[in-house]
Amino acid sequence: MLSDLLRWGTKRAPETTAVPKPPAVKGIEAIISSKGLPKFLSALSNQPSPASLIDFGPVIGTNVAYLGERLGCKLFIEDLTNELSRHLKSGTMDALPDAVELRLRHGDASVDGILCWDFFDFLKKPAAQRVAQHLVNMLRPGGAIMGYFAISDVERSNFMKYEIVDDQSMRLRQHTGSGARHAHPNREIIRMFEGLTVAESFLLKNNSREILLRKK
Amino acid sequence: MWKRDDAAKPAVPAAPGAAPTHTATTSPASDAAATRPTAGDARGLEGNAVNIGKSVVVKGELNGSEDLTIEGQVEGKIELRQNVLTIGPNGRVKAQIFAKAVIILGEVTGNVTATEKVDIRDNGSVDGDIASPRVAIAEGAHFRGSIDMQKAGAKPGEKPETKPAGASTSPAPQSPAGAPAGAAR
Repeated sequence: MLSDLLRWGTKRAPETTAVPKPPAVKGIEAIISSKGLPKFLSALSNQPSPASLIDFGPVIGTNVAYLGERLGCKLFIEDLTNELSRHLKSGTMDALPDAVELRLRHGDASVDGILCWDFFDFLKKPAAQRVAQHLVNMLRPGGAIMGYFAISDVERSNFMKYEIVDDQSMRLRQHTGSGARHAHPNREIIRMFEGLTVAESFLLKNNSREILLRKK
Repeated sequence: MWKRDDAAKPAVPAAPGAAPTHTATTSPASDAAATRPTAGDARGLEGNAVNIGKSVVVKGELNGSEDLTIEGQVEGKIELRQNVLTIGPNGRVKAQIFAKAVIILGEVTGNVTATEKVDIRDNGSVDGDIASPRVAIAEGAHFRGSIDMQKAGAKPGEKPETKPAGASTSPAPQSPAGAPAGAAR
């Protein structure tokens, strides 16, 4: 009996040590496969003039080199995560759409591609709608927007950096700052980006949707 | 046996003998080299380089045909079309820059045009537009603006062919591009 108990005890011990492992698996860095990126790149390379591309940032050297080499494009880096972080800290999220519009002062139909990463996850519906419509106006016919959208709300989530590894994979790295993530349903995304069509939508292993929107 | 020892000896002392002479000769050289690389090599300079020291403030236009390192403050315009410009960690530049290559470890506010490369190193900061065929941005660097990596001659095979068709549309992104870059910043 005693030996059974001891054995039972020893059996339980590894179980308890195994419990803390999952949090460690969360990981700060992860590589995700991207099916939208090659389609996004081909959409840009099909544009008639040298492409102009907006990256919501933060600036990542390898992305700049990759996109520059690959597309020979004009790249606008707008560190909107920084703007987002500032507004979250000061509690002025209502003013964020205005700030974004002020930052992205490109003419209508003047941009071929927009990499907004997971920016919209941190916006509530009304703000997301305003920013999305601004992007739709800036986009040139044939242009594309690529973004990541969470599938469930998260009370507090870190900002992420999306580093392009190659045509089909992306490295996710934690960035400074955090905020609440809002899951926008597909229907809502379609309404937000009225004027664009969802060209591709992929559910990734990290439980986010990679969505490519095109303007006809 | 003797022969073996003799044969062995010169080989053995030769190495330690040679080593000290090397170290003796190389140590001053390496000292000199150690100072040189920190001042020059680490900043990517080769050959002659001119420095604008920490306490120097220049307002106006800078032209030259030598590599230049700026540790002080410059406001205006810098043109080193055939040379390398390095903005050191203490350098503060508010200017339009034209150079062959630009290495930035300090702060730059203004547009940077390089015919070869722009390299923003860790802690380097640029607020402005960059036009260069190659751009490298290190992990801790700050950048805000646009990057134009189109080759000067627009060589990439496919695009120039399509360019004439879209030639009327290509200036379109440039006009808004210039506007937000300057205006938003």
